[in-house]
Amino acid sequence: MRISESWLREFVDIDLPTNELAEQLTMAGLEVDSIEPAAPEFTGVVVAQIVKCEQHPDADKLRVCQVNTGAEEVQIVCGAPNAREGLIAPLATIGGKLPGNFKIKKAKLRGVESFGMLCSAKELGINEDASGLMELSEDASVGVDIRDYLQLNDTIIEVDLTPNRSDCLGMTGVAREVGVVTRSSFAEKQTDAVKKEIEDQFPVEITANEQCPRYVGRVIKGVNPTAQTPIWMQEKLRRGGIRSLSPIVDITNYILLELGQPMHAFDLDKLHGCIVVRMAKDGEELELLDGQTIKLKSDSLVISDKSKACALAGVMGGQESSVTDDTKDIFLESAFFTPKAIAGKARNYGLHTDSSHRFERGVSPELQIKAIELATKLALEISGGQPGPLVVAESKDDLPKQAVIKLRRERIAKVLGIELADADIEDILTRLGMEIVAQGDGWEVTVPLFRFDVAIEEDLIEELGRVYGYNNIPRTTATSNLNIKANPEKDVPLTAIQKTLIDREYQEAITYSFVCPKTQGLITPDAEPIKLANPISSDMEVMRSTIWSGLVKAAVYNRNRQHNRVRLFETGLVFAKKDNKVEQNQSIAGIILGSRLTEQWSLKAEEVDFFDIKGDVEALLALGGSGADYQFVADKHPALHPGQSAKVMRGDQFVGWVGAIHPALAKELDLPTKTYLFELKVHLLIDGSVAKFEKLSKFPQIKRDLAIVVDEAVSADSVLKTAAVVDPEIIKEVRLFDVYRGKGIESNCKSLAISLILRHFSRTLIDDEVDKIVEQVINKLADQFGAKLR
Amino acid sequence: MNTSIDQEIEALVQEALAAIEKANDLSEFDQIRVQYMGKKGVLTEKLKSLGKLPPEQRPIVGQSINAAKQTIQNNLEERKNLLQQEALEKELAAEAVDVTLPGRGVKQGGLHPVTKTMQRIEELFAKIGFVVEEGPEIEDEYHNFEALNIPSHHPARAMHDTFYFCPDMLLRTQTSSVQIRVMNEQKPPLRIISPGRVYRHDWDITHTPMFHQVEGLLVDKDVSFADLKGVLYDFMQAFFEKDLDLRFRPSYFPFTEPSAEVDIQCVMCDGVGCRVCKGTGWLEVLGCGMVHPNVLNNVGINTEDYIGYAFGMGVERLAMLRYGIDDLRMFFENDLSFLQQFN
Repeated sequence: MRISESWLREFVDIDLPTNELAEQLTMAGLEVDSIEPAAPEFTGVVVAQIVKCEQHPDADKLRVCQVNTGAEEVQIVCGAPNAREGLIAPLATIGGKLPGNFKIKKAKLRGVESFGMLCSAKELGINEDASGLMELSEDASVGVDIRDYLQLNDTIIEVDLTPNRSDCLGMTGVAREVGVVTRSSFAEKQTDAVKKEIEDQFPVEITANEQCPRYVGRVIKGVNPTAQTPIWMQEKLRRGGIRSLSPIVDITNYILLELGQPMHAFDLDKLHGCIVVRMAKDGEELELLDGQTIKLKSDSLVISDKSKACALAGVMGGQESSVTDDTKDIFLESAFFTPKAIAGKARNYGLHTDSSHRFERGVSPELQIKAIELATKLALEISGGQPGPLVVAESKDDLPKQAVIKLRRERIAKVLGIELADADIEDILTRLGMEIVAQGDGWEVTVPLFRFDVAIEEDLIEELGRVYGYNNIPRTTATSNLNIKANPEKDVPLTAIQKTLIDREYQEAITYSFVCPKTQGLITPDAEPIKLANPISSDMEVMRSTIWSGLVKAAVYNRNRQHNRVRLFETGLVFAKKDNKVEQNQSIAGIILGSRLTEQWSLKAEEVDFFDIKGDVEALLALGGSGADYQFVADKHPALHPGQSAKVMRGDQFVGWVGAIHPALAKELDLPTKTYLFELKVHLLIDGSVAKFEKLSKFPQIKRDLAIVVDEAVSADSVLKTAAVVDPEIIKEVRLFDVYRGKGIESNCKSLAISLILRHFSRTLIDDEVDKIVEQVINKLADQFGAKLR
Repeated sequence: MNTSIDQEIEALVQEALAAIEKANDLSEFDQIRVQYMGKKGVLTEKLKSLGKLPPEQRPIVGQSINAAKQTIQNNLEERKNLLQQEALEKELAAEAVDVTLPGRGVKQGGLHPVTKTMQRIEELFAKIGFVVEEGPEIEDEYHNFEALNIPSHHPARAMHDTFYFCPDMLLRTQTSSVQIRVMNEQKPPLRIISPGRVYRHDWDITHTPMFHQVEGLLVDKDVSFADLKGVLYDFMQAFFEKDLDLRFRPSYFPFTEPSAEVDIQCVMCDGVGCRVCKGTGWLEVLGCGMVHPNVLNNVGINTEDYIGYAFGMGVERLAMLRYGIDDLRMFFENDLSFLQQFN
């Protein structure tokens, strides 16, 4: 909402500089966005009249004008197409300064002297119109400073209104609020009823009473189609952010700005029979003022005549019945549409207008007659014509009633945390236009109809707090009985999981939850995409089924910026559709590529491989103290290298994937083939166990190493696990310390070197029994895997 | 006779001492030790030769020899210590490393500044008993709007440009939706904080379609707007580690009444006015208010028994102010050069 300060002062007598006024508005909840002058600074520009206008002897597009400045007649060379005899326009005189510190000097244009410059509105910084000289009205007094003439020494305060304060969507409402806040006197302008001069009226019938409890109309005949909107009105509209179009439209917009009541004017000749305010028929068509034709829905309120819909009520008029340059007879509309009837309707048709903005927030039901009387008065002044009688159609039962709210003294203190004096409470409420009746423990408050936002006790308390000043309410500390909440030790905090990766040199990334469907399709071709109906762009259209969709892009982004070593992880929700239901689960994923370590002087640079990322995953699995519960099972994933990928399992629960990127995907994404990925379900990682102490054995451990040869297809893990269960009482650990292929080993076979760590809890083991256990292990491995001792 | 033996011994001692003095390293030293003190050493031989002397001279000469032996032994030890010391020093000097060379192994990674900021906020509120609660990001109309007193077609919905999947399924526009879930499941008193991703259909220099919020909710028997002011004041001082002025401006949120927006004194210019605060000296950092009675009613909490406050803040905004980041878009580009600055 743009507020012209001088316009505001027509209603309220404020004794405050602009900055302080703005500060007080902001602190009362009408947040000031900006304060700017109504026009930029310029000097030496007067109202002047062209008395003679001749063609320049040497230039087709220039004219030589004799201009009356009020003090003298000067010669001005001018290129504006609308320069003509009799035109009154702003003249920047010699010594004057235009915006941008542009000094006006005597000049010679193609040999002809010019003593100043006739100006367009753009040159004065008033608006963007540079099509020609700014045309001033015929009654403008020549010689007057243009700043005085246009009252440009004004300030525009732009307020960012919250949706609850519809009462401030008109200058009068803002002025009322300013009066409350600054304790200044506020007076509405009084408008007398206009006397009818003709008997013509156009009948109005309301069939949608609930949506439109009141509709006021008036016929004005014989308006002058060539009339001009007076400059003062053009200026007020401009300062309110509305472009001047034609007198009748300008007048309705002026009422909108001053009172907050949207109005509409129809061309009477184009209306048939009568006005019917009704709900639209499904599929009914209406061509709107902006030229687009909409198909109406049955939940929309329309203003129709005998034959068809003429306007989308409270939103926009129709093209066909609109006022044009030839319109002589008009029908003015000033109606009360309920917020519920208009809310969301404009948006349904992709529209948002000054009118819908106000109606959906609430226009006071008391404004309609006042608005149409003021509009009629202005219309008669500006474009003449003869007014008919006022036609009022209304359904009193459907008009809003004033809310009556019980306000308790004790509740005010409870909510705000401060005890306000009764006198302050009564003073604030009264200034806000509330009627109050003291009543035992509080008051009975009747709320004015223009305050759609005050419905319950808390709303009144907010008003009290707001006007009293939030900053005058003290700061206190709430007390509460705090009891210790259980915090299961077995659960691994997500922060610990993140910290583990950070300690392994991962950098956390945050990527968008909606991703490119094409990229994701390559990674999880089988996942049913969860598509946004209104994505922000086509490459952010589907919800991620895997964090990899974002991480691979982040890796590419970094490689394009000379980061050849990337280690990123991310945690967040991933989304899946199962049986038409959406599942949202916390996931953690990582990507690594490039050298294992940052380039260092003491170690050979080596690229990462599968076992680097597996080590990282193992570190995460170990956090909950249940590392041994997890298995890595070779399996295939569309995004991973079929020979270097594993499913992580915990018993029969699927935990996630780890592996090398599939070479085809790497090529598609422009990533190196030595890119490794993991993704795990967080809820399983978090679920650990509490440590349980086991007594230490006092007896020495014995270590025996053996090397066995097995087929390539035999997994190391199965060998170790099989060995461990031969005598779990004594075999404390089985370690793999070497894997060898090549000379001395058959092809398709590998040699595994393992250490058995043996210990008895209550005695020292003797060589014989150790030998026996080792033999058992060898036999078992031979049995199970065909292992041969090397 | 005695005199000559004495002289002989004395000469031997002098000779030995000179030799010891000349030993430059441990191997030379060893030769000398053996030469004089070894089993076949000069002095040992002398001792052996005692047998040839007349018995009455033996003790006296023996004594002289022993004294000489002692002198030489003492000098030998002294010299040995010195040589060992020198040898050690040499060895140590040879083993010296350039301690300024970088250490070996993995370096440290780091959290994203948004996560870092979110965790700091959580930790501060945890100290006064707020418990972290999280919820789904794909939400329904009820939790994101209806239950929060934003009925359909309410103008406030225009404040939230919402991403939809279908008319009833959307991406949450605020983490307040979590409040509803918690209040539906738990009984007051409640102190919760809900951090997380939220989504709005807006993308320009100051908006990203996804960002992070932390919302707080406290419901108890006796809570007031003054308490809300107190907790937010304390929080801001603790978060920015600075004495900061705060101002509470009346505002409007459908789920709180009274509602306020909170400005902090600009942390860049200390309230003098700068580019960041657009010359006002104030920065808008959060929205808050007393929980709207309709919201409590929606989750079956009696508003005469219980009252609450709620607040919500944008994490990116706080992170930008805290670390001096001037471009919102950097947060989700994940450029390592950016991320590593917060390690």
